[in-house]
Amino acid sequence: MSPAERPHTHNRETCRHYLESLGDYVDGTLSADLCDELEAHMAICENCRVVVNTLAKTISLYRQMPSPELPSAVKERLFAVLDLKPYIDPESNISTPKE
Amino acid sequence: MSRIDEAELVARLKAGDQAAYAQLVEENAARIYRLALRMMGNETDAEDVLQETFLSAFKAIDSFEERSSLSTWLYRIATNAALMRLRRNEPEQVSVDEPIERDDGDLLPRQFFDFCCLPEADLLRDEARAEMERAIEELPATLRSVFILRDIEGLSTEETANALDLSISAVKSRLMRARLKLRERLSAYFSHGPVIPETRE
Repeated sequence: MSPAERPHTHNRETCRHYLESLGDYVDGTLSADLCDELEAHMAICENCRVVVNTLAKTISLYRQMPSPELPSAVKERLFAVLDLKPYIDPESNISTPKE
Repeated sequence: MSRIDEAELVARLKAGDQAAYAQLVEENAARIYRLALRMMGNETDAEDVLQETFLSAFKAIDSFEERSSLSTWLYRIATNAALMRLRRNEPEQVSVDEPIERDDGDLLPRQFFDFCCLPEADLLRDEARAEMERAIEELPATLRSVFILRDIEGLSTEETANALDLSISAVKSRLMRARLKLRERLSAYFSHGPVIPETRE
């Protein structure tokens, strides 16, 4: 679909076509060609622009979400179930970093 | 952990070294618990999944082939344990051949409120966080597992595919569906404005 499409002509089929590329776009893994095409479309399509912005924001809000910690009682019961009680380290930091 | 450390740890695990077992648990219990808690949505089931994961891992360590890291392997065992338990609890919610191309109509965005412009304080308030957690819980389990591993735990697409025994394209497709559903839900939530509790007579 040509980016020369008139502003305010909101063609849902065009938007649907770009929907599949949005994941790669927000992850920065979309090919340069498709990236240019999508950006040209966003320049004339307010709705797609909002969807892309809010999609990226949704992901970033989830990435910032605090991680639940492993409660020490749960950890103790785990070591007990696994017959590893003598190895439990009370001084250890119970939250491992994200990958 | 570096590869060499990990190779040594695997060798010690396979030799039945108890201290190595303890190290494996020490280094991975918190991340497996996080995954289990978000998959199951409650602490009791999450703890069961956590214990089941390490019990299964200890039994299966001889068959671990080092094609993935130990942590990805544990994520895989944990996700399977969680999905199996969810199927048992709510079989109608977690069909085996769910989801894929069925509900494309559902994916078309309907909410176009640009909540990016809201103050960070509104986006990060406790109530918004609670809504975000509920939104994850309400995703179909097969989309939830992909979203948690990829976007919350930060695994790569390849690692996620490996942990869930899915193709790269299936991971991408499920991730996209999960993200769009969450975006839709957060857009609807934020478009109503931050709900500030009022005290009224």
